[in-house]
Amino acid sequence: MLDSSFALILLRDLRLAARRRIEVLLPLVFFLVASSLFPFGVGPEPQTLREIAPGIVWVCALLSAMLSLTSLYGGDHADGTLEQMLLSRRSLTLLAGGKALAHWLLTGLPLLLLAPLLGLLFGMSSASIGVLTLGLLLGTPILSLLGGIGAALTLGLRNGGVLVLLLVLPLCIPVLIFGAGAVTAAEAGLPVQGHLSLLAALLLLCLLGAPLATAAALKISVD
Amino acid sequence: MHTTIRLFTYAAPSRFYALAGRLTPWLYALALLGAALGLYIGFFVAPTDATQGESYRIIFIHVPAAWMSMLLYLAMAGWAVMGWAFNARLASMVARALAPTGALFTVMALWTGALWGKPTWGTWWVWDARLTSELILLFLYLGYIALVESIDDTRRADHAGALLALVGAVNVPVIYFSVRWWNTLHQGASISMTAAPTMASTMLAALLVMTMAFWAYAFAVVFGRTRAIILEREADAEWVQALARDTSKETA
Repeated sequence: MLDSSFALILLRDLRLAARRRIEVLLPLVFFLVASSLFPFGVGPEPQTLREIAPGIVWVCALLSAMLSLTSLYGGDHADGTLEQMLLSRRSLTLLAGGKALAHWLLTGLPLLLLAPLLGLLFGMSSASIGVLTLGLLLGTPILSLLGGIGAALTLGLRNGGVLVLLLVLPLCIPVLIFGAGAVTAAEAGLPVQGHLSLLAALLLLCLLGAPLATAAALKISVD
Repeated sequence: MHTTIRLFTYAAPSRFYALAGRLTPWLYALALLGAALGLYIGFFVAPTDATQGESYRIIFIHVPAAWMSMLLYLAMAGWAVMGWAFNARLASMVARALAPTGALFTVMALWTGALWGKPTWGTWWVWDARLTSELILLFLYLGYIALVESIDDTRRADHAGALLALVGAVNVPVIYFSVRWWNTLHQGASISMTAAPTMASTMLAALLVMTMAFWAYAFAVVFGRTRAIILEREADAEWVQALARDTSKETA
């Protein structure tokens, strides 16, 4: 397992991130700051804030996951590492999977730890916070997987940073719907299993399809 | 014509260029006539709707535009993937040519939908499942156009666009059903087309004629745009050079 491109790329990306800690923290800080902006815009009424909290947390999670996408393959592309990876006979699909997992561990997982805190700020009940976190656990890996496709397609383009948002955000809408919908259902006292099951189904679909698509996109972009 | 026509005869850009050039005027004529006829039936012959009055008549533009917007996305994805998988240059060019027309029909469907919504629902926009899916379809078109226009290398642009269109096409049903589900969770059922009484036959006729006119228009415009793309990409080819010499002689 340690010899496969999946584990190699995963460990390498994590090691690189450990040496540039501020960069890893930036999306998290963005998540916190962007979410805290909403009470200023909407007003401090606790009832309103509680109602829109799931949406706010999910949209900000979505955006903060997009922030680091350009650097997902950008650095490796710029210094020629990516070309060497493509030339090596290792599986490109596994490489894409490893990259996505590393991206999730660095941007998605910390969000999970921060989300309950935001839930408290917005006055959500502890049951809702639990559902929110569970939804994020299932949903954020999808963002990393879909984001990988966008990052690979926009590799080395002049306006790649904005373009990747335009490509990936529409594809993420179902994740947003089911993730935020689960919390809304929980607050209304409805069962949340349906939402979470659909999120899990989307995750499985993306796990199967996204690394393949990312590998194909990398081949197109670097050829 | 001495050459026998085979399945791939018109896959050669030079032959397609000539064929499309001959067909385009007829297609435009068909589009104009069809639109005139369809609008006449729709506006003057078809009966007034019992519940919505005259305002429903925008359906004759709205529904064909919405059909075309979805169909053209599938056609675009199909040609793009063909171009990618079989390295067929013309297929990629057609896909590129389809995108702006598809986006135009999407905008048209949204715009007429808003115009229809104001008298019927009392508001320009509701976050209804159909409307929202159509809006997301517009985003998918815009993403495709933005991506292929941002890549300078045509080969990479074509193939990257194909992959994006394919991912989008796989996602369209997922998006549609998730949006529908989201909508039914948030608000009560809005006006549904399926619950409406059966359509008068003149209404159906107007709809079909308008759809045919839109098809003809789409073909005409896409052919024209494909021809422009062919000239641009094959500028160094012998037949394009000859064409340019002939044209400059004519105008001189």
